[in-house]
Amino acid sequence: MALFKSITIGQYIPGNSTIHRLDPRTKIIGTVLLIVLLFMVDTFWGYALAALAIAAIVHLSEIPPRLVLRGLRPLFVILLLTVSLHLFMTEGDPIFRFWIVEVTWQGLSRGIMMGVRLALLVMGTSLLTLTTSPINLTDGIEGLLKPGKRIGIPAHELAMMMTIALRFIPTLLEEAEKIMKAQMARGADFQGGGLLQRAKSLIPLLVPLFVNAFRRADELAIAMEARGYRGGEGRTKFKELHFGRRDAIALALAFGFVAVVGLLF
Amino acid sequence: MAEPLIRFEGVHFKYNPGTEREWAALQDISLDIYPGEFVAVLGHNGSGKSTLAKHCNGLLVPSSGRVLVAGLDTKDDAEIWQIRQTVGMVFQNPDNQLVATTVEEDVAFGPENLGIPSKEIQARVDEALRAVGMEAYRLHSPHQLSGGQKQRVAIAGMISMRPRCIVLDEPTAMLDPEGRREVMSTIHRLNKTEKITIVHITHHMDEVINADRVVIMVDGKIALHGTPKEVFSQVDLLRRLHLDVPQVTALSYRLRSRGHGLPEGIITVNEMVNCLCP
Ligand SMILES: Nc1ncnc2c1ncn2[C@@H]1O[C@H](COP(=O)(O)OP(=O)(O)OP(=O)(O)O)[C@@H](O)[C@H]1O
Ligand SMILES: [Mg+2]
Repeated sequence: MALFKSITIGQYIPGNSTIHRLDPRTKIIGTVLLIVLLFMVDTFWGYALAALAIAAIVHLSEIPPRLVLRGLRPLFVILLLTVSLHLFMTEGDPIFRFWIVEVTWQGLSRGIMMGVRLALLVMGTSLLTLTTSPINLTDGIEGLLKPGKRIGIPAHELAMMMTIALRFIPTLLEEAEKIMKAQMARGADFQGGGLLQRAKSLIPLLVPLFVNAFRRADELAIAMEARGYRGGEGRTKFKELHFGRRDAIALALAFGFVAVVGLLF
Repeated sequence: MAEPLIRFEGVHFKYNPGTEREWAALQDISLDIYPGEFVAVLGHNGSGKSTLAKHCNGLLVPSSGRVLVAGLDTKDDAEIWQIRQTVGMVFQNPDNQLVATTVEEDVAFGPENLGIPSKEIQARVDEALRAVGMEAYRLHSPHQLSGGQKQRVAIAGMISMRPRCIVLDEPTAMLDPEGRREVMSTIHRLNKTEKITIVHITHHMDEVINADRVVIMVDGKIALHGTPKEVFSQVDLLRRLHLDVPQVTALSYRLRSRGHGLPEGIITVNEMVNCLCP
């Protein structure tokens, strides 16, 4: 099952660049700002400036641009679909027509613009996961949600859930692989047959996987209790988040940039 | 002798009391465990070993009788966190007790729960990882480790809480011989150098002979109890309870029953050699 081996959780590239060292909260807010910006701009120059900003961040993060671009690969079909839909469906001055489809200048420019917007969105957000370890990301989310506690947002619990999920995904994948091999040794066939047949063949995999997952959850709960866990109340953090001058500058720059570019272009 | 660290006073425990699935898992257990001791608990499947272990830090509380940890009653809700900090627990399946995505974060989990300041957690994590010889793996994620290594990380996760006692419930049951050796030498070292009291539950005879005391459980009761020598000299009784004895003990028993004048209670190969070739 090489399939399972190739799934990596998150795509974090360890490093020590300026971007890596930013507080995760700064990076999350920055990413949200970038998303907002990309929905505000609507002109060539707007996109060009946003692209430039992303390029600058990639440069600062010391991550090979090839890796950032690779994030686009799984989106290729969606990208193609977006571009062609706009290309064929927009009315305006025709470039050429073929049978019943008509390609217009307006369609061409909208198609390209939409494609670029989507591509920039994906690259911008993948920069967050490329430069932030899952632990850091979880801590960042917890930190940002903490003020929401008063209105009932369970910040600590959500972060704990994410941590446990990240911790157990590799374990469960390993187990799934083991069960599949055991079933295959007994003659199960996970590849052949139609869609329905294949879905059916997954049952002997999923049932033991789920049963085991519940047993694991039970044991983990007891182990956590034995280690003094009693929710977020009164808990300290091993690695405290530190919002420093670097973060203040980065956030100010990001806000300024989004305000200027978003409003002018 | 000093105050017992853990004291069982006439403990009875029933699972699902009052239902048709009621099961008396512990019956009239009285047992004192003293600071610095290495106590091994042996018994068949279902004899109540895990139930006994879970009473040591208040994960379960007696149906009648009481358990005192450093003088605190485990039934007292106000003291339960103090008790959990005093007695740590390591379980059989190493996978299902590691919480965090890296080794150091996992070892920090206990101290975080205790509300210890970040700086001191750092020091405790360093110390705990050193104590189990895993300092080179601090940034590894648990699934990259072998079973023995995971179990040592779980032990480090307890040590970082600075407990006075660690209860280990069959920590070697899922490990290969190499992993078993790693874990056993780790807990013996903790017992000797850090003076941490150890309660070690196991199926393996060879892990028992170096203990200070052996407790043998049968059907929720303590059937036999004493130093390894005292316990294993009662080969007939152990046989009747369908329990194994260490290989060397079995051999000396058979030699003795053939009329060779060997003393009772031989449990190590060295003793055997000294008796045969004085
Ligand atoms: N949650 C439960 N509900 C009902 N009965 C239980 C429960 N847990 C254990 N028992 C029963 O209590 C008895 C003692 O169980 P315990 O787990 O303490 O045994 P053990 O000596 O640890 O066995 P093993 O060697 O299999 O780990 C067993 O007969 C078991 O069936
Ligand atoms: Mg057990």
